[in-house]
Amino acid sequence: MRFVLDAEQRLFGETLDKLLTEAAPFGVARDWAAGRHEPGLALWRSLAGAGVLALAVPESAGGAGPLPVELVTAFHELGRHGVPGPYAETVATAVLLGRLPGGSPASAWLPAIADGTAVVSLALPPAVPYALDADVAGLVLTVDGQELRAAVPGEARTSLDPARRLFAVTPGEVIAEEAAAAAAEGYDMGALVCAAQLVGLGRRLLEVSVDHVRTRRQFGRPIGEFQAVRHHLANALVGLEYARPLVHGAALSYGTPDFARDVSAAKVSAAEAAYAAARIALQVHGAIGYTDEYDPSLLIRKARALHSAWGSPAAHRARVMSALA
Amino acid sequence: MDLDLSAAESFRAEVRHWLRAHVPATPLPSLETGEGFAAHRAWERELHAARLSVVSWPEEYGGRNATPLEWLVFEEEYYAAGAPGRVGQNGVNLLAPTLFRYGTPEQLARVLPPMASGEVIWAQAWSEPGAGSDLASLRATATRADGGWLLNGQKTWSSRAAFADRGFGPFRSDPEAERHRGLTYLMFPLDAPGVTRRPIGRIDGKPAFAELFFDDVFVPDRDVIGDPGEGWRVAMSTTGNERGLTLRSPGRFLAAADRLVELWRERGDASDTALRDRVADAWIRARAYRLKGFETISRTDDIGAESSVNKVFWSELDVALHETALDLLGPDGELAGEWLEGYVFSLAGPIYAGTNEIQRDVIAERVLGLPRAGR
Repeated sequence: MRFVLDAEQRLFGETLDKLLTEAAPFGVARDWAAGRHEPGLALWRSLAGAGVLALAVPESAGGAGPLPVELVTAFHELGRHGVPGPYAETVATAVLLGRLPGGSPASAWLPAIADGTAVVSLALPPAVPYALDADVAGLVLTVDGQELRAAVPGEARTSLDPARRLFAVTPGEVIAEEAAAAAAEGYDMGALVCAAQLVGLGRRLLEVSVDHVRTRRQFGRPIGEFQAVRHHLANALVGLEYARPLVHGAALSYGTPDFARDVSAAKVSAAEAAYAAARIALQVHGAIGYTDEYDPSLLIRKARALHSAWGSPAAHRARVMSALA
Repeated sequence: MDLDLSAAESFRAEVRHWLRAHVPATPLPSLETGEGFAAHRAWERELHAARLSVVSWPEEYGGRNATPLEWLVFEEEYYAAGAPGRVGQNGVNLLAPTLFRYGTPEQLARVLPPMASGEVIWAQAWSEPGAGSDLASLRATATRADGGWLLNGQKTWSSRAAFADRGFGPFRSDPEAERHRGLTYLMFPLDAPGVTRRPIGRIDGKPAFAELFFDDVFVPDRDVIGDPGEGWRVAMSTTGNERGLTLRSPGRFLAAADRLVELWRERGDASDTALRDRVADAWIRARAYRLKGFETISRTDDIGAESSVNKVFWSELDVALHETALDLLGPDGELAGEWLEGYVFSLAGPIYAGTNEIQRDVIAERVLGLPRAGR
């Protein structure tokens, strides 16, 4: 079992980092927030071209997956760069569709997910009540008991994270029966990649904060010389350093009976660590971090939004405890 | 590196089998008491006879060349079995790694076997009244003498020194040199003429540590570790072990977290979700520490200053885990027992081996790359 990434996986992460750095995703996120989707959709196609979405699609349907370790590697980078769009929802849907018993007409969407031509969203109430970016998704699904249904997007809801465009949905036509088990697996994968995204964005906020305190001077010296500031950042690192192995460990337990429990442990830890990093980033930046215009504040907002997306920490702790006790 | 967990499973089975047959049915008296110290020493002898006291050491010194994975597995089984605390841990975890790096073959052959068997129990003597977090300000001296050195001055907060046989630590050998320079790392007998030890009751009164006074205590040259004057470098090689995985292995926290979940099942009030969440967090954090341990031993590079990240994590986890247990016990939480003993022990964690404030400074400077600063 590999508890660290192998050379190929590391290279994959580095390739995505480079691709995303060049794409200037903070600008893409601001466009996305304003309803200008084209740059974000172009990035979607690039990422699909790099193989990100195929990782969730079974080989039989034109994908390469599911490959959970590669998925969390990719989502760590999506998180670090604050990429907008329903990536976790699309991955969860791909896993769900790939697990439907006996095949379903909806499985025909899988090749289009893998190659990036389909943008998909998903609502899984109660933990995932709204469909993210339903206005750009070609397919929006929801699950009602055992039934997988088309979801009819309704009213848009405003998120703290302006790049998260949420839509209430009502269940529409039935797409597949006996879908609850597949939906549960889709949910677990969605929560896992969301956890990876959180660790990535927490890491980025720590990097940005370190840069800031090295250069920002007060009282004649960099504020990074003040112990109160240094200890905040050290604490942020400790949290993130122990969230990452949980995310990786959960990816390794895909396909075992412990997967749901391990995903929950990872999501709790990633959400708390990323949110703590966001609070610390806000604090050490002072007022600039509290502005809309400062790009890292997009990540500060996303950290809070994702903290409770794909299951709140309380819900995931409850799941851990019901698996244990 | 690929870690094949199944490769350690037959070793796991052997260890589990042995422990099941040998772990005392009733807990030994606290190792921080004279009676308990003797009982724990006898237990070390028993472990050693089965070649389980120092599994990762080479065979010639009493070990069995266990891989890091096998060592982690040993620790998991050891603590899961509820086996006694390790009275020799300061020697095994803090002195032995230093000897493996800086010791002479003669020192290894002379010092390690009796350490492995519990015949000689070691105490770490680093802190002084004026040198705690600021270790480099230490003032106890080693003065050149015929064939060796004479130690003078005072060490304090020396864990296990109330009952241990020998001690080790840095002394100032060049009175002209300051701070990190001019220190020499020495081993010395605690029962030698000129050594006075005064046990100190820790917060629950048990004599878990001691003050040591040195009055012309002779130490032969053969008990210097590394070169004279290089004591700081030798000492710093210990801190990585102290803060890293070896001093507090994941197995210890996994076992405690499992017992906490058990306690929740027995005593928990299902409607108290706040307490339930703390139990969940303790379990999650223990699992994180285990996975991080696998990650660490899979790496080929030295973790260096990242060991400070470890130390902050495990010491805070230990306190939180035991606080949660005491809260679960409610009004019985203050009563003497294993949870309270563990709690008292855990409270020292954020202080010893370099306070967590010092660790955060190390993390800030050497892991995050922040500018050097006054404290």
